[in-house]
Amino acid sequence: MIASLTAEKLACTRGSRRLFEGLSFRVTAGQALALEGANGAGKTSLLRLVAGFLPQVSGRVFLTENGNEIAEPEGRGRFIGWLGHHDALKASFTVAEQLAFFGKLHGRTGDLPALLEQVGLTRQAALPCRYLSAGQRRRLALARLLLTARPLWLLDEPFAALDITGKALVAHLIALHCGQGGMVIAATHEPLGLNNETLRVGNESLNL
Amino acid sequence: MSPFSALLARDLRLTVREGGGVGLALGFFALVATLVPLGVGPDMVVLAKVGAGILWVGAALAALLSLDRLFQADYEDGSLDLIALSPLSLEGAAAAKMLAHWLATGLPLTLLSPLLSVFFDLPAPATAMLAASLLLGTPAVSAAGAIGASLTLSLRRGGLILPLIVLPLLTPAVIFGTGMVVEVQTGLATGALGFLAAFSLVTVLLSPFVAAMAVRLNLAG
Repeated sequence: MIASLTAEKLACTRGSRRLFEGLSFRVTAGQALALEGANGAGKTSLLRLVAGFLPQVSGRVFLTENGNEIAEPEGRGRFIGWLGHHDALKASFTVAEQLAFFGKLHGRTGDLPALLEQVGLTRQAALPCRYLSAGQRRRLALARLLLTARPLWLLDEPFAALDITGKALVAHLIALHCGQGGMVIAATHEPLGLNNETLRVGNESLNL
Repeated sequence: MSPFSALLARDLRLTVREGGGVGLALGFFALVATLVPLGVGPDMVVLAKVGAGILWVGAALAALLSLDRLFQADYEDGSLDLIALSPLSLEGAAAAKMLAHWLATGLPLTLLSPLLSVFFDLPAPATAMLAASLLLGTPAVSAAGAIGASLTLSLRRGGLILPLIVLPLLTPAVIFGTGMVVEVQTGLATGALGFLAAFSLVTVLLSPFVAAMAVRLNLAG
């Protein structure tokens, strides 16, 4: 089990623009961290940096498992549940097929009908993804996140496009995940509804 | 089902459902093989001489048609992020995509070639050798193609620049693939089989690593 995620003195540069620097934080098992900041402040970049997609220009990020540090980006990736702002769905695949594929890709054989019921997509199971609304696509992405069962969730705008019950569902799932010893880092403009830490991203003084 | 076969099966299913794969490549190949004899004229000696070369170039071009979406579609809709975080390595993912591309283009093109060699009056031994050379050489087309597709995955009009990257890489395959047929026709041993096999092997073995590297660079961009 992953005990913590530590980031020390991270910096991120996109093009010629320094988004943030000297950013340090730590998330331990059962904790959620909300990332706040203006549009373009670098929340998504920070998530991609933690996920190992963006190269670390300075500082370091590592997971701790049984006292061992896992700092190598692709080693870290094996513990990450990703909810990006693209939903990663294929228009011609049905909801059930889409979920089944990601289950096989991750070697997980979860109870797919139960997962679909949990996110409220039971009736859409046989529907091709091209007919889903933005909120339904988001719900399917949530079902995938649950199916892959990774300890560290990186969520980019998890509440986007969702209705009131959908937002409540996300808050519930985050609370449940933390309750089971998982970790969550979410870039969001809305409160997570938890007793969580908040990190402000972006260096306004640099951007001015 | 392993992660590798899961991705392979998904890519094949997408090819079938979203079109633009098998039918397009076969149709293009058949049209090239039909039009060239009409342009060259009915001189059977000339046609038999150029047949293998025309069919090889036609097959290589046909295989490139569906290549630009190999990584691009997954990059644009975010699937590539999830594949990168999955238990399957990016090298494994690139290999699965290459294999899916070959099964959907290289293999059907090889199977169609005996039918099209009739247009060039190729005798049976030359026709059989052409099919054998395509079977051996088209995996290299998919492999070199995967390198080009991974390099251009974030370009909006990547499909246009892709042939400019991939076709020069395919020069050895076209030379030695055609060479195998010419050997049968002239009876002169040139060792084309050995060269084509070596080229195919090296390209197929190296391509997943090069493609994975290019995907990583693009995900970081």
